[in-house]
Amino acid sequence: MKEDESQDALNEVTGGEYKYGFETRIEMDTIPKGLNEDVVRLISKKKNEPEFMLEFRLAAFRKWKEMVMPDWAHLNIPPIDFQDISYYAAPKKSEKKSMDEVDPELVDTFNKLGIPLEEQMALAGVAVDAVFDSVSVKTTMQDKLKDLGIIFMPISEAVHQHPDLVKEYLGMSVPVSDNYFTALNSAVFSDGSFVYIPKGVRCPVELSTYFRINARETGQFERTLIVADEGAYVSYLEGCTAPMRDENQLHAAVVEIITMDNAEVKYSTVQNWYPGNKEGKGGIYNFVTKRGLCKGANSKISWTQVETGSAITWKYPSCILLGDNSIGEFYSVAVTNNFQQADTGSKMIHLGKNTKSTIISKGISAGRSQNSYRGLVKVMKKAINSRNFTQCDSLLLGDKCGAHTWPYINVHNKSSIVEHEATTSKISDDQLFYCQQRGLDSESAISLIVNGYAKEVLNKLPMEFAVEAQKLLAISLEGSVG
Amino acid sequence: MLHIKDLHVSINGREILKGVNLDVKPGEVHAIMGPNGTGKSTLANVIAGREGYEVSGEIIFEGQNIFDMAVEDRARAGIFLGFQYPVEIPGVSIMNFLKTAVNEKRKYYGQEAMSAGDFLKLVEEKKKVVEIPSDLMKRSVNEGFSGGEKKRNEIFQMAMLEPKLAILDETDSGLDIDALRIVATGVTRLKKPENATVVITHYQRLLDFIVPDFVHILYGGRIVKSGDKTLAMELEKQGYDWIKKEFA
Repeated sequence: MKEDESQDALNEVTGGEYKYGFETRIEMDTIPKGLNEDVVRLISKKKNEPEFMLEFRLAAFRKWKEMVMPDWAHLNIPPIDFQDISYYAAPKKSEKKSMDEVDPELVDTFNKLGIPLEEQMALAGVAVDAVFDSVSVKTTMQDKLKDLGIIFMPISEAVHQHPDLVKEYLGMSVPVSDNYFTALNSAVFSDGSFVYIPKGVRCPVELSTYFRINARETGQFERTLIVADEGAYVSYLEGCTAPMRDENQLHAAVVEIITMDNAEVKYSTVQNWYPGNKEGKGGIYNFVTKRGLCKGANSKISWTQVETGSAITWKYPSCILLGDNSIGEFYSVAVTNNFQQADTGSKMIHLGKNTKSTIISKGISAGRSQNSYRGLVKVMKKAINSRNFTQCDSLLLGDKCGAHTWPYINVHNKSSIVEHEATTSKISDDQLFYCQQRGLDSESAISLIVNGYAKEVLNKLPMEFAVEAQKLLAISLEGSVG
Repeated sequence: MLHIKDLHVSINGREILKGVNLDVKPGEVHAIMGPNGTGKSTLANVIAGREGYEVSGEIIFEGQNIFDMAVEDRARAGIFLGFQYPVEIPGVSIMNFLKTAVNEKRKYYGQEAMSAGDFLKLVEEKKKVVEIPSDLMKRSVNEGFSGGEKKRNEIFQMAMLEPKLAILDETDSGLDIDALRIVATGVTRLKKPENATVVITHYQRLLDFIVPDFVHILYGGRIVKSGDKTLAMELEKQGYDWIKKEFA
């Protein structure tokens, strides 16, 4: 294929329009821009929080003020004026008890996003917590889950209804001062989901949170906390979208998972924040800290992520393998196109004996984007007989994008085995010609090849999600081959 | 079906084909033979529409000059190229690959996508033609395949796509005699009065199994000699040296 033609094909495949770029017109309660102690107090007051939460926030805010934004990532981050952002935006009438009381505009918004808030969703086997800007607007199936002792509710409600659980676990796997963005999130987070699966319970449905940024000039700072008690199991899904805007918006979330003995949590994300336009204007800055603590023996945490959105992604879902024989997994497909930048990967910290971790990372870069894998595997002295396997592949589409790999391996005992494999490949002209000779146009060919490349990871997603993710990959790469 | 008139092909200014003429009618089997490096594969690639060549002359397929047609449109119109070196497509199963290919073709002809059931039936039917094992179907396209498996997979794809014109580029290379027999039997079974086959080969042995109606010798960028199957036998006896002497 000729150079310019393959570029055309690349552009066609990557030029897919962002489908979720609309804006909902709804009356909002937004606090003025800026961040100081009073703002933190105001957020806490708006949520009518107990004293311990205000203390938590203020301590975090004080930490944050002393910290500086990290600059070690392979990202070109324009300066962010943290005083030029509003830290709380909620649709008015957000008081809710039943479906009837959710603003029809919001129901409509989530319908457009393919997230029906009706209880009929139960048929699909998914319970949903819908978060709109700073607040949760609806959590479905709560009553049914309650019968099993499962708590699935906005964290803002959990603070009131289950203060002891929140107090015990909040900040356990991600300490407030872990990094600049965790401190910021801890100070100003407004909502998110709280999940508690009691001892021996297997959650019969997928739990899901859908995050939507709508308001202008606001940041979204959500907080998710998932606790699986002894022998419990839950599969959790997270999805996210935002309107198309010329200005950048900040999203700094924290997700914490804690598993007790023999418990298992599967956490799947399809991240589709607005990536900015083809010239690199606009898009979400996504600075997220996700960490799971395998606290108990034989427990397991899996992260699966499909990252197609955001102008900038800074994200390293990690596992701390504290319990003996615990298992951590990270499966990732990260796609960058146009001017997107992603620095993403995982950390696996082995503390317990016989702990195992797997990292499978598949990067796909197109356009002028930069896609980096950054991973840390650390095996401590007491983590004897531990194992890690890391496979880190990069696929390049076109010749103006970049793929980078930064593996850090740190082993402090002699009985452990750590493996790292890495490959970089391009979609070859031969592959394209072969597919086209069988009647596929270049776009279907690219979509097929890319999905094949990412299959190992896509297979880890729950079924409905996997289909969505496949489509999303095709759309994100519309126009991209070389 | 296929008329090639005075076809000239160059790569980076170097002329590979210097005026090829070829006429293929429905129901015919043509063999194109010749020493290595005489442009046999180039001819196959140019008919299939591969980019990167400077071409002049005419290639008329089913009454239409196809120079401006995209590779995929030529394929959908019924031109199939069996590759000498089929590429690997990791993570894409043969089933998925073929389902996509079959449905792209149907879409081109305004037909609905084939249901999963019908597709499976078609697979079962065609599998027998080329004696392709079921477990191969689940594997990624050509990934880790032996030479014989790759070629068998090519013929299986040909069976599934039912082309009007099949061009088999060195399908016999790298095959042992059993694999050769299976591949050739498959090709023979797929032969229909309305379809044509062009077999490109270096050796005569494939033509013991696929009996050609015409044999052409491509040398120095031209078809220097045409005849019936006895020409292939003559070549087998005398080697390519006499051609080289005669036409050098």
